[in-house]
Formats: sequence, structure tokens, C-alpha cells
Amino acid sequence: MSDIAAPASDPSGAIRPPAIMLGPWGWARANLFNSWISTAVTLAIGYLLLRGITGFFDWAIVHAVWSVPLNAAGTPDATACQTAKGTGACWAVIADKYRFILFGRYPYDQQWRPAICVLLFIGLFIVSAMRRFWRRELALIWLGTLAAIGVLMWGGILGLSFVQQDSWGGLPITLILSTFGLALAFPLAVLVALGRRSTNLPAVKMICVVYVELIRGVPLISLLFMASVMFPLFMPEGLNFDKLLRAQIAFILFAAAYLAEVVRGGLQALPKGQAEAADALGLSYWHKTGRIILPQALRLVIPPLVNTFIGFFKDTSLVLIIGIFDLLTAGKVAMSEPAWQGFSTEIHIVLAIIYFAFCFAMSKYSRGR
Amino acid sequence: MPIASSTDPRLTAPRAAPRKRIRLSWSDPVFRSIVWQVLIIGVIAAIVWYLAANTHRNLAARRIATGFEFLSRNASIPISESPIAYDPSVSTYGDALIIGILNTLKVAVIGVVLATILGTVIGIARLSHNWLVAKLAAVYVEVLRDVPVLLQLLFWYTLLQTLPGPKQSLHIGSAVFLSNRGIKIPLLVWQPAHSWALLAFAAGLVGTWVYARRARRRQEATGARPVVWPAALALLVALPVAVWAALGAPFHLELPVLRGFNFQGGGLISPEYGALLIGLVIYTASYIAEIVRSGIQAVAIGQWEAGEALGLSRAQVMRRIVLPQALRVIIPPMTSQYLNLTKNSSLAVAIGYQDVVSIANTTLNQTGQAIEGIAYIMAVYLTISLAISLFMNWYNAHIALVER
Amino acid sequence: MSQAETTSHFVAPPGAPPAILLDRVNKWYGQMHVLRDVSLSVAEKERVVVCGPSGSGKSTMIRCINRLETHQQGRIVVDGTELTDDTRALDTIRREVGMVFQSFNLFPHLTILENCTLAPIWVRKMPKAEAEELAMSYLTRVKIPEQAKKYPGQLSGGQQQRVAIARALCMKPKIMLFDEPTSALDPEMIKEVLDTMIGLAETGMTMVCVTHEMGFARQVADRVVFMDRGEIVESGPPNDLFENPQTDRLQLFLSQILRGH
Repeated sequence: MSDIAAPASDPSGAIRPPAIMLGPWGWARANLFNSWISTAVTLAIGYLLLRGITGFFDWAIVHAVWSVPLNAAGTPDATACQTAKGTGACWAVIADKYRFILFGRYPYDQQWRPAICVLLFIGLFIVSAMRRFWRRELALIWLGTLAAIGVLMWGGILGLSFVQQDSWGGLPITLILSTFGLALAFPLAVLVALGRRSTNLPAVKMICVVYVELIRGVPLISLLFMASVMFPLFMPEGLNFDKLLRAQIAFILFAAAYLAEVVRGGLQALPKGQAEAADALGLSYWHKTGRIILPQALRLVIPPLVNTFIGFFKDTSLVLIIGIFDLLTAGKVAMSEPAWQGFSTEIHIVLAIIYFAFCFAMSKYSRGR
Repeated sequence: MPIASSTDPRLTAPRAAPRKRIRLSWSDPVFRSIVWQVLIIGVIAAIVWYLAANTHRNLAARRIATGFEFLSRNASIPISESPIAYDPSVSTYGDALIIGILNTLKVAVIGVVLATILGTVIGIARLSHNWLVAKLAAVYVEVLRDVPVLLQLLFWYTLLQTLPGPKQSLHIGSAVFLSNRGIKIPLLVWQPAHSWALLAFAAGLVGTWVYARRARRRQEATGARPVVWPAALALLVALPVAVWAALGAPFHLELPVLRGFNFQGGGLISPEYGALLIGLVIYTASYIAEIVRSGIQAVAIGQWEAGEALGLSRAQVMRRIVLPQALRVIIPPMTSQYLNLTKNSSLAVAIGYQDVVSIANTTLNQTGQAIEGIAYIMAVYLTISLAISLFMNWYNAHIALVER
Repeated sequence: MSQAETTSHFVAPPGAPPAILLDRVNKWYGQMHVLRDVSLSVAEKERVVVCGPSGSGKSTMIRCINRLETHQQGRIVVDGTELTDDTRALDTIRREVGMVFQSFNLFPHLTILENCTLAPIWVRKMPKAEAEELAMSYLTRVKIPEQAKKYPGQLSGGQQQRVAIARALCMKPKIMLFDEPTSALDPEMIKEVLDTMIGLAETGMTMVCVTHEMGFARQVADRVVFMDRGEIVESGPPNDLFENPQTDRLQLFLSQILRGH
């Protein structure tokens, strides 16, 4: 029987695979042209993609208008953009308006302050993302940074001029709403999640269930409306909160319900043995929860937590509807300026890039850990 | 514990665990939990009472009467799109709010269908062996998920608004016109023959179902499965067409015609509805694509191999083995995406499509009935959410039954 | 067939076409050469055990026989049909070749009975009642008829693997392939699966079996094939091979296996 391999013609075993399987051509054959349908699809998509990309390149780069001169009145003269409309992008609108889009109506000569705040926020995110900073001190870092941001934005001390909250706007508002929202919603979420898991406090459990399901069942915009029109009715006469603060509260309540569900998922996923081991050691409920259960449960749910945070970051844009001056609102106001009528696409693209950059970085982080 | 007095041992009550007595001591867990609960409920009740009292005082100060009496008042809200008859001069707020619900459902139902189709296509494309197709689908998902849906809606809305006016509208033949007034499409002039044809189609549907069942029985009995599709084609297509032809085959399209500055006749997809639908579908599809992809990937490759090794065709493996397993993974997150799409349709208020939130918002601005307006919005969405989660519970229970 | 006959060295009748023929089969994963000029011929009713260290290409080879993997050079002929891209040839072969996997691969959403009747109903076009009768007869042979209405998740690993064998047998295959059928099992369950396989061998089924169970190989195999680094290094009757390994590689492998047991 011929089942012993004939003495290998090449004892080193270095028979090369057929050339057709190797190199870029082999790769393309396997991944782009492995059947006639696949070939047809590749060619069709390749053609459309090429057309689309060259078309976009022509519009966005080749025929684009990058800047326009000022006219006699000191306002930009958009004639060049108007003539290029349809064939070329008008990036001049961004060149002219980028500071307004980023910082809104914050006093122009003081805009370095919100700029530093944005950098502080980004630094805070980066530090929080790094494992070696996951210690108790991180809470202090957060407190310190958020306080510094408050001082920078308001001013009034340390020689900084006072800036009213009404004139804040743009990216810092988006970051404030999402970050402060998260920072304050998180502890509430943990409490609610623990409450919902509790076995010996049925009434508390009930309240937590109703809270979570109620908030998750309605759209965020209804909560924001509630904050803007109903909240004033709840307050005693004479006392009224600022609109931003009201939206922030609505945001915290909203975020906490979603985060609570994520945290609950982590608590459920944790093996029962952990709690039993802690009980066996005679730890009290709060010791057991704070030192054994929560640290592990939270570690389990980091990816969904980050995803939830990405969701909130995007959802802050909804404050546009109740007239708070966030990044999206600033962009929309910039679009409506008479001189720049009709160049909304360019502004939309830039806004999308800013949101995308933040969200993409976060989602890459949550998957790449 | 006293044993049941009956002598018949079968009637002896099962012995209950001894009942615990509550001690009035902080070291007694039951006592402690009761104290805690009373405390927490007390605090919450106090807060609610405080807010309610404030609200009551504020409403009195502003002379706003609470209640739903305003629903029967005449609403002078102009509503541009309404599935039912509406006249701002005679219709009431109640009517307007019902139209809001219908408009929300109109965008949610069609949006869910389209997003499911698009999302499934993209999710499968991400698993394609063709590198270009897979990469393109991945880029779609990555980009559209990371840009706020509101920004996307505004983008589509401005894009539709910057289309040329009716006179210079883009058109396909003389039937479909794309302009800044929306998309005008031809409408079929409805006649009784069409209703009969529709009825015939429904009958065909029932017939096909019966036929498929008989085919299945036959297969179980003899092994050979009769081919179903010719009969299905006959019942679903030929029968309605025959009914329609027998009634004189009426077919009259009402084409949109440009008169002066606008179109007359035909159907209209308004820019608001169009932008909302496109935006929601494209955004939600990116989430659905990921759900579909992970659902398919959740079925182990060994299932494919085992099916194929048994001689089943790829289509049979897909239909009999992979799909039933993938659907269990897919359906729960999919329903929550449907709910999300429905909730996101409330962003209609930002581009002026008159949905639940938009009409309620106008109503509360006009009447000052803030509490009732917001309660109405929440009630509508909570009803939808509740319906969906009831379905989910039913579905999960059903699945659990099959599993074990 | 008596025990004595089972262990005797099988001699194929001269001139009979082989049930499986591999002729200088080569396969690469990218640059990695996983099958090197593998040639093997299995006669009808022959029982072949394939062994070798992990990564030696034995699973890849057995998976090439029913084309779960495609080879890139050489010829594979199964039951007179050559394996090519032609799907009709593939359909024929897959009906005739049953396969049992290391990880069972039962369909978790179907009952044990449905697992067994699925292919007979949809591929063999068998009436349901007949398919169920057939399935029950095989489930009885693997000694778990009472589990027919349960789902795979409710069975032990050994029971699941026996169902997998019954499921493959329900297609009445001419050839059975076993890809490490006992590797994923707890020790106490290995015997029940091996006993089932021995019972099957006694019926005269053509079998190719990738396994490290030397006792099983001695008792059942007509021939043992030792593979290493993608090639067939040695082959022969189990006793010759195990008592008199000709190559260092086989010696090394045997010493590792024996130490492991």
C-alpha cells in the first residue's frame, strides 16, 4: 500500500505553496476575486468608490475656497464661496467661524479659558482611561480638575474676569454636560443598581425598578422638556435655577437609569462565591459591597460603560432643542448667519468630525483594552 | 407546632418553617430592613410632597387650571401632515394630539422595517469574504454610530431643503419630482377593484399558508416535499391580478403636475418626514448591523460544519440550524433598537415634523398646561415601551420553553 | 465478528477499489505547509487510526476527506468520486461519509430525536415516521433511547457524543470519520464512547479515526497511521507500529503518550 509518503523529493519540506496563493496577488485573489460574483461586486464597488472619493476630493480640496477677504464693513465677503458653490467646498466659513463654533459667545479675548478647559477635559479622560491611575486618588484628580474648570469658566477670582453662564457655549458645554453628568450620575447609578438587587428591602427595590423603567421608557427629550418647563413649577417661589443646571439635572437622572442597568449587569455576572466569601469573612454589607463586589463588577462592565458614555456624549446634542448653547447649537447658529447662508454642509461635516473624534477614541479604547 | 387534627396521614399539612418573630432591636435584620425602608420611603414621600405643594402654589399664582379640559378646546395649531382629517379652525387639541401619535407611528413603523432591512444587509456584508465589501460595511457602522443622530437629522433636513425649487426640481420621468418641497410621487386612484384585489391577496396569503402546511404534512408522511413556490406564486400574484383584470383592470395614476410655484396632485413625502425617516433609518441600521453580525457569529462554526457534514445544503443549514439559533441572540437587542428608534423619532421636533412631542410641545406652549403635556408625552412612550417589553417577556419565556 | 477477527490485520481483497484514496495531497495555510504530499488509501471495511502530536495535520487531513477543508494540490477520491469544486460531487460524498467531531456539534435548539432525523428528512427525503423509527433504532444501539425528547444541553458529554454518532449513522453512511471523538470528554465518559465505536467497528463499517486512544487502536484498527509535521511518517498494523517504531519521531511520540496515561 502506498500510504508512506514517497521519500520526499525535498527533504527539508520546503515545497512552496503555488505562486497563485502568495503575495499581494494571492491575497487579492482570496479576498477580492474568489468567485465571479465577488469579482463583479469588487469591480462595481471599486468603481463607485473611486468616483465618490475623487468627487469628494475635488469638492473638498481641489475646488475648495479656503479663505475670503473682508469687505469694507469688516465682515467676510463670501462672493468667492457663492461662485464656487456646488463645485467646491467653502472652508472659509470654518476659518471665519471656528472660534464661535468651538466656544460660542464666550468673550472673544477670553477664549483661551474655555480652550484650556477643553484640554483639561481631554487630559482627564486620558488619565481616567489608564489602568495605573485606577486608585482612590483618581477621585481627587476628578474633583480638582472639575473645580479648576469651574474657576476657569466662571472666573471672578485670581484676576480672571467674571463670565456669566449665559455666554458660555460650544464644545465646553458639551463636555461639561456629559462629564459632570457622568461624574454625578455614576454614584447614583451604583446605589440604584444595588437597590434593585437588594433582597431584603422590597420597597426600595420597587422604587429603583420604577425609576429605571420609567426613565428608560421615555425619550430624553421629554425629560429635557420637563427640566425646562416643569422644573420651575416645582421650585418654591423666587428660587430658580439656571437653564443649564436644570438640563444638567435632567441629564444626571437620565444617565443614572441607564448606567444602573449596566452596573446591575456587572453585579449579576459576578460569581456568587465572591459575596459568600465576603460574608464568610464577616464583612459588613458596605465593606463587602465596596471592597469586594463593586470593584470586580465594575471592571467587568467597562466596555458597556464606555458605550453608554458614548451614547450620553452624543445625546448632549439634544439640548439644542431646549435652546442651550452646546457645540451643535453653536454650529447651527453659525450656519444661520446671513453672510454664510447655504454653507451648512461644511459646518455639519466639521461638527460630525469633532463628535466622531471623541466617540471613536472612546469606542476604540473600550474594544482595544 | 400543632399537627393537623385529622387522622388521615394524607391530610397532614406539610410542616411550615417556624415563623420568625421580629425583635425590636437594631441587630435584628428584619427590624433593620423595615426601619430603613420606612426611612427611605418617608424621605422620598417628603420630597414629592414638597414639590407637589410648590407646584400647586405656583400654578395657583399663575392662574393655570390643571386637568385635561383643554383637550376639547379648539386647537389652532396648523398641522401640515395628517393621516386623518384635520382643520385647525374646528379640530380640538385632543384631535391634534391623536394626530401626533399617528405621525409618530407612521415614522416609527416604516423606520423599523427599513432599518431592519438595511441593517441586516450591512451586518451580513460585514461578514462577507470580499474584503472590500466587509471593510465598507465596517466603515459605515463605525462612522454613523459615532455621530449624534440629531446632527444627522439636521444634515439630511438641510440637504433636502437645499434642493432646487419645484420649477427646477430633479425628476425621474414625469412621475417623481424631488424638490425643496419634498418628494412628489404618483398616487394610484383607488377604486373598488383594487380593494377586491387586495382582498384576493389576503385570501391568497391564507391559501398559501394552508398549502404550505399540507406540503409539510405530505413531507412528513412520504418524505417528498411538494414544491410550494408555484402554488404560492399563483395564489399571491396570479389570483389578485385575475380579480383585478376581471373587474376591468382599472389603473389610473394621479401624477404630480407643476402648477405655478408648486405641484398639484400626487402624493407627497415632505422634507421633514423624509429627513427624519432617512436619518433614523441610516443611524439605527448601524446598530442593527452590529446586532445581526454578532448574532450570526454567535453560532459556532462547528454548527455549519456539522450540518454540511450531514449532507445538508448551505441554504438548509442556514434555514434549519443557524438562523433559529442566531435569532435567539438577535431578537432581544433588536427590539431594544426598535424602541430606541421610536424614542429617537421624538427628535422630529428639531426639524418640524409634527409627532407626539412636537404637537404636545406646541400645545403646552399655547395652553400653559405643561404638566399635562409632558404627562401625555410620557404616557404615549411608556405605553409603547411597555408593549415592547411585554412582547420581549413573552418571547423570552417562549424561547426558554424550547430550550429546556 | 468475533474479537479475534477484529484485531486481526485486515487484508483488502486484491483489485477492489479503495474507499478513500489520497494521492500526494498538499495544503497550505498562507505560508504554512500543513499537509505535505500525503498519500493514503483506505480499503472498504478497513479501520484506520490516525495518530500524531497536535498540529501534525491529522485533523486537517480527515477534514479534507469530506471537504470541510479544501486541499490545494493532489487528488482525493472518496467512494469513486473525486473531490473537486463541483458541488454535486460534494453532495454525493457528504451523504456517504458520516463525521463525528471533537466538540460533538449537536444542534442545541433541536431535541436529540430531531438532531437525528433532520438530515434523513431533508437530505434523504425520508418520511418523518420512518426517520424517527430509524433514529430510535440507532439511539437504542448507542444505548440512549430514553433521552430522545431531551435537548443536547441536558445530556452529559459522553451521551452527547453517542448522540452525535447515532446522528451520523442515521444517514446510513458507507464511511465514518472520527475527529478526536474522545478528546473533549471527561475520563469516565471516554469508555462509553469507545465502546460504541468498537461496536460500530464490529459491523464492518469503513472507519478513519483520529485518536490517541492506543487501547482502542490495538483492539480495532487494521492499520495505524502516524503523522507528524504534515506528513505520514509511519504506518502499519497497530502491534508492529507500537512495539517496533522505526523512526525517532514515533518513538518520541509514543513515549509521551505513554507517560501521559
